[in-house]
Order: sequence, then C-alpha cells, then structure tokens
Amino acid sequence: MADRILTGTRVRNRRLDLGLRQSAVAERVGISGSYLNLIEHNRRRIGGKLLGGLARVLEIDQAQLEDETSASVITPLKVAAVEFPSLAVGAESAEEFASRFPGWAGVINSQQAHIERLTAKVDALANRLAHDTKIATSLHEVISTATAIRSTASILVETPDLDSEWQGRFHTNIDTDSARLAESSQALLGLLDIETGGDPSDVSTVVEQAEALFAARGFHFPECENGDEPDWPDGVDGVAGEIASGWARDYIADAARLPLAQFSPAAEQMAFDPARLAARFDVPVELILRRLAQLPASAAVPPMGLVRCDSAGVITFQKPILDFRLPRAGSACPLWPLFQALSQPGHALRSVARMSGAARTTFECFSIAAPVGPVAFGVPPRIEATMLVRPAQSDEAPNPVGPGCRICTVEGCTSRRQPSVVQPKG
Amino acid sequence: MGQRVLLIEDEPNIIEAVSYILSRDGWTVHTHSDGETAIEKVMQGVPDLIILDVMLPGRSGYDILRDLRAAAETKDTPVMMLTARGQAKDRELAIGLGATQFMTKPFSNAEVLESVRALAGS
Repeated sequence: MADRILTGTRVRNRRLDLGLRQSAVAERVGISGSYLNLIEHNRRRIGGKLLGGLARVLEIDQAQLEDETSASVITPLKVAAVEFPSLAVGAESAEEFASRFPGWAGVINSQQAHIERLTAKVDALANRLAHDTKIATSLHEVISTATAIRSTASILVETPDLDSEWQGRFHTNIDTDSARLAESSQALLGLLDIETGGDPSDVSTVVEQAEALFAARGFHFPECENGDEPDWPDGVDGVAGEIASGWARDYIADAARLPLAQFSPAAEQMAFDPARLAARFDVPVELILRRLAQLPASAAVPPMGLVRCDSAGVITFQKPILDFRLPRAGSACPLWPLFQALSQPGHALRSVARMSGAARTTFECFSIAAPVGPVAFGVPPRIEATMLVRPAQSDEAPNPVGPGCRICTVEGCTSRRQPSVVQPKG
Repeated sequence: MGQRVLLIEDEPNIIEAVSYILSRDGWTVHTHSDGETAIEKVMQGVPDLIILDVMLPGRSGYDILRDLRAAAETKDTPVMMLTARGQAKDRELAIGLGATQFMTKPFSNAEVLESVRALAGS
C-alpha cells in the first residue's frame, strides 16, 4: 500500500518538526514515554480520544495524522507532480513530502483542487462556445458574411472585364455585407463578454439570471407597486433570487415614495422630462430616473432603458433597450455619461449620444451620481451612478461613444484603453 | 449545357458570388435556400453535384445529407458540405454521413472551383 503513511510516523515527524521531546508530549496527553515510543514506531494502533489529544498538543488537524487521509493527501500530490513533469520532483517522493510537511502538502492539494475547478470552468466555457445556440448562430452569421465579402471581392479583383451591371451588384453586396459584418461581429463580442462564477457547468452569472427575471416581466411589477415582493419561478438559483429580491425591495421603496397612480399621469403630462418631474415631486433625480424605467409599457410611454453602476464603474443593474446594452465586465466606453457622472456626484447630466457604426440609435441620456445608503461622519459614502436612456427625440448632434475599445474604430480617442482589433477605414 | 450543380445555401450574397464563378466556369447552377424543401428540390432533377450548407433554415444540412444518402437516386451524387464551423468533429460528422468533401467558410473562390472540378471528375 504505497500511499499509506502510518499514523505513528506522522506523529513522530510532527513532534520532531516542533522540536518537542517525546517524554514532554507523552506527559501532556497522559501516557508514558515508552507507550508514545511504541505508537511512533507504529507498534501500537491509535485513534479516537488519544489521537485527538496528540493532535492538540502537536497543533495539527487530527485528520492530518490519521491513516485514512493518506491517500487523499498523497494522490493529489502525485497528480500535481505528474502534471508538471519538467519539474522532475518525482511522484514517489510525495509520501515523504506529505509526511514531513503536511501543511505545505495541504496547500499544494488545495491549489490542485483549485486548478481542477478552473479547468472545469474553462471546459464549460469551451462547451458553451461550441454548443450555445446563440453563439453558434452569431458566429455563423459573422463567418457567412465574411465569406460572402471575400468571395465577392475576389470576383471584383480577379475579373477586370466584369460588366458594369455585375460590378454594381457586387459593390452593393459588399456594402451591405460589410455593414452586416460590423453589426454581427459586435453582437458576437457581446455574447462572448461574459463573467463567470458559481456553478462551472452554468456560465450564466447570477446577475444575468436575476436580470432575466426582471426582463421576463418587462421590468414592471404590479405587486411591487403595491408593496409586495414578487414570487420567482421554481428552479431559480438561490443567489440570483436574492439579487432579484434586493432589486425588488428597492423597487418597492421607490414605488412607496412615488406611487404609480400619481407618477404615471404626471410623467406623461410632462413628456417624461426627469428634471420637471423631480421638481414637481420634490424628489432626487435618480429616483425619477428609476421610476421612469419602471413604468408599464404602453403606446404612450417611450422605450426607456436604465443602467446603474457602482463607484468602480461596475454595472450593477441594467434594463437594456433597442441596441443599448453596456458590458458588465468593465469594458464599456468611458465616454458614456453614466461614467462621467461618477466624477461629479450630484451634478445631473443630459446629453445625446450615439455609438459609431451603421444602424445605430441616437439616445438621449440622463445621468446622475449620488450617495446611497446611510451617510456617516468619517465614513466614505457609497456612490452610485444612474443613467436613463431613450431614443433621442430631437435632431441634436450626438456625442460619439464607442461600443468598447476592442471594436471601436474612433481614432485619436483620449479615453482609449487598448488598441482596437478593427481597422479603421483607410 | 454544362454539368449541373445545385447550391443549397441561405446566404443570398454567397449564392450570387458562387453562382457567378461556377457559371463562368461552365456549370449550370441551380440554387435553393430552404432546408425543409431541399430534398424535394433535389428530386425534381438530380444534379451532377450538390453544394450543401450545414446551417439552413428549416432543416440542417446534416439531416438533408442523411436523406440524400438513403435515397437510391442520390446515394452516389457527390456532395460538398459548406460550414462555418471548422471543428474536427463537424468534419467527421459530415464525412461519416457520406459527404464527398467538406469545405469550411470562409473559403476562396479558387478553392471552390478546384473542389467542384475535382468532384466532377471523380
């Protein structure tokens, strides 16, 4: 039984590591020195209360002294050794190592387990890339469009005598396909821009799951308007449910301050203008922004999205609309007014913004950053920024914002964090 | 009249480009864009060669290929599969179902022409 380290040997090694005399340890656990000597040479079986006493005196977890743990300690060590053959540590020395340095063996085994968990997560992500239908469809769209462009462009280049009618058709095809490629590649990057956590077999994050619960209800909850928390469907992840319930409690608090019966007609009457509504109800602007995004959908209500972020710029809540959605992972364009508001708390900002690229919606954005929760002397406030977006209703020239540095072609941008993978038009 | 090729593909601009280069090479090109009715289209006049996309609306190219190989009229017709997915298992699946050739998008016109000519001569 190669993996087996006898308990007596462990006791002896540990005692020697601590520099304790055999007689001193024996006295503290209430046995004779000679009996401990027999134990240490594996000539007496030991367990239960006496082993527990020795573990306490030797300041070590009892499990690390027990024979039963030997395989569970040594096997992962051997696996770790085998996985790094270039280090030539020799799997056969794992037993000696675990015996002499049980604490370090525990560290290595914990790391090995961590590596295995990460590997499982990577596998799950790879599996998602291979089998997620949304990603597969999006990838197919990108590659098919690229194929059409490549094939068409080749014909144009390789056929100098192409008649003008075909030339015109192929030029038009390339134009439409290049616009499609820009759109579809951005959609694909959006799908790949995922956070990971929780169950490695499910890379949909708990925040995404909570957001899906809200999206399924159109971000409007009649029960919250009446002060009641919603019931989530069976099978919802516990943490996702907790997050959604937290958002629902915030919703209930907002609804209590601005009841729908008063707010809804006033919002319509004031053309959903946040500044006028804040003045009308004498409440903070951020509350108005949240309530506008909670209005039930109707023909009279324009589509309104909402995004909230913490002081680190991490998106904590999002109601996407049309082609507006910010990446949660911190790679959003810092030119969005949401992030500009963070640097000037209490300053309400309004601007019109439009992302670069074809077929983009121009959005009117209202944003403000403000402290949330209790404010105390000597304690830094928790700042949160809120931004409401809706399709712009005027011809005001929009400020350019990007989809994220990786796929943004705006040249000379002083806020660029990393080079773009997309070449600007030459 | 040249040899007949049926291109089953749902991307209109790929259809146009591939049709152009094959027609210029002397092929009579027929096209079809729907997976669900693809077998009916084939059976209306079995072509000399079929170029079959994998991801089609209505029915996958793999399912269509399986039916083609099960039918007496088309069991020996050369079929070149087109797919945007280049993983080894996709190729194995296509070949296992009886594809004569497998081509991964994005492909070049020269590759398509070379393959079609080779399949026509096989």
